[in-house]
Amino acid sequence: MMQTSSGANVDVPIDQEPDRPMIEIRGLTKTFGTFQALKGIDLIIPKGCVFGFVGPNGAGKSTTMSILATLAVPTAGTAKVDGYDVTTHPKEVRKRIGYMPDFFGVYDQFKTTEYLHFYGASYGIPKAERDELIPQLLELVNLSDKKDAYVDTLSRGMKQRLCLARCLVHDPELLILDEPASGLDPRARIEMREILKELKSMGKTIIISSHILPELAEMVDEIGVIEHGQLVAQGNIADIQSRLRVNRVLYIRLLGMLEEAERFLRDQPHIGRLMRDESGIHVHYEGQDEEQAGLIKSLVENGFRVVSFSEAQTNLEDVFLEITKGGDGAQ
Amino acid sequence: MSRNSLGGGLRTWRNKLINPVLDKEFRLRMRTPRSMWSLFFYLLVIGGLAFAFIYVTTVLTNRGSSVFDPGQSRMMFYFISAVQLGLIAFMAPGLTAGVISGEREKQTLSLLLTTQQSSTTIVLSKLASSLSFMLLLVTATMPVYSVVFLYGGISPRQMLLVFLFFIFLMVTLGSLGILFSTLFKRTMVSVIVTYGTTLFIFGGTGFIYLLVNQVLQELNRGSATYNPASYGWVGHIAAWNPVAALLSIFDTSITKQVFHLNSGQAHFDLWKEFILIYSVVSIVAIVLSIRYIRPVYKRSKHRQ
Repeated sequence: MMQTSSGANVDVPIDQEPDRPMIEIRGLTKTFGTFQALKGIDLIIPKGCVFGFVGPNGAGKSTTMSILATLAVPTAGTAKVDGYDVTTHPKEVRKRIGYMPDFFGVYDQFKTTEYLHFYGASYGIPKAERDELIPQLLELVNLSDKKDAYVDTLSRGMKQRLCLARCLVHDPELLILDEPASGLDPRARIEMREILKELKSMGKTIIISSHILPELAEMVDEIGVIEHGQLVAQGNIADIQSRLRVNRVLYIRLLGMLEEAERFLRDQPHIGRLMRDESGIHVHYEGQDEEQAGLIKSLVENGFRVVSFSEAQTNLEDVFLEITKGGDGAQ
Repeated sequence: MSRNSLGGGLRTWRNKLINPVLDKEFRLRMRTPRSMWSLFFYLLVIGGLAFAFIYVTTVLTNRGSSVFDPGQSRMMFYFISAVQLGLIAFMAPGLTAGVISGEREKQTLSLLLTTQQSSTTIVLSKLASSLSFMLLLVTATMPVYSVVFLYGGISPRQMLLVFLFFIFLMVTLGSLGILFSTLFKRTMVSVIVTYGTTLFIFGGTGFIYLLVNQVLQELNRGSATYNPASYGWVGHIAAWNPVAALLSIFDTSITKQVFHLNSGQAHFDLWKEFILIYSVVSIVAIVLSIRYIRPVYKRSKHRQ
């Protein structure tokens, strides 16, 4: 709603700018009784982006996704999908999204093709088109050989893939996938990842929350880290990693004198947590490169026999753990 | 008209009448063994009781003459209809009280709600599908009713009225079942509330009628100005009761009796008032179900 110069309210429901983002969330808040699940989230995801949504259980990922899927009402703030507000234009939003919840059921008495026909028809796709489309979808999710199987005979991984095919039946621009790989064995996870890569190459915008995000690192363009209902970090993985470099983890391998070295390090500046193993010490270091060079020098000068001094590679999981430790944000 | 265009026309009409949700409901309902067993036991109960009635009236009442008195066919019709009424009261809540909450519990509802199917389509299709099955149950009892026709005594109008009344009652109880199924997340709660409401409609309204009637009579006992007709409004309480409504179809004098009319005409037959009252109840239940099946956007300017 906007106001004209005369002060009259004019409904402007659709943001139709050509470069509008696929998802635009502003000040999104959701309260369940006294519990605040979302505390004013701001998030913009451009078209074609594969966005990884990371956060511990109960952080607010599923709530955000439910609101985007028009299944929950925001307490405050706005959420738009392709320019359409989820509260004022839910039907337009539904046309554009394929939603896969973290837990979902299937109609067991349906055959896989019937299952997809039902959802296709529910999206208003004519039967002739569905007859052509459904074999292609089953092929995409590697279920062509199960086309006549009853849904209750499928394994969990197969059901997950069938649900993904269901999400795609109306060719949505945005896929909202809430933990699509949860409960899957490693092989099924790999299959799911390959399908998602394929979808990425098709130009779909994907918002995905997953425990296997580290495995998806190469296909995710951006991540958003949510904790206690707040977005604590957002950006591409490299950016976030570089921002977190102040909290690098060093591994110092030593020949003997491990206890003495630990005591020595504890007295040095910029040292965080220390963890000693059989041959060396993991050091959470908060200093810059100059100070780090000085640390090596002082170790050697104090008679410690340093075999190697390395900086641990931070992967996406480390980034996630680093950001969400103790609830401190690294915005 | 060519064969192809005829086929196309039929398909278009089929698509209009049978939407995807209804199609799904029909298919899935008839693929479960529960439907077959429901039909089996329904017919078993109603058939068994009908033949038990014949046995009792021929062997016991007629002292072993083994001849069924045609004059008793009317009684048999009443008896079967009463059994049917009881079975509908038992089946309708059971068939509808879990249709929405059941999908919620099976975690299929969220997927259905993100499709393009409107809330109205989903609710009405669920109701129509449940009613179709109940209609199948009632229609399947026709051969039992045909025994009555062998002996006569019942007018086709009365028979038709009773069947229409049953269908209406199914719609009413079904609408309430769907409403509670929408409002309550757990099927168990929804089923209990629906059966509780059904019990109130059948027993509670009758009890209130009798109680109010009794209290008024006690209060006015011995009063010189007491005129039962002035308490005719109590009859409107009876109009909430399906048993009283069914009895008023069987015997038109019932309406006069409940309204304490010694002469003259009641404004409405009891069953007509019943239909009026529960039409409103059913419509309200369906509208509320449609409203609450999806999240309600309070700030919404464009309801979709």
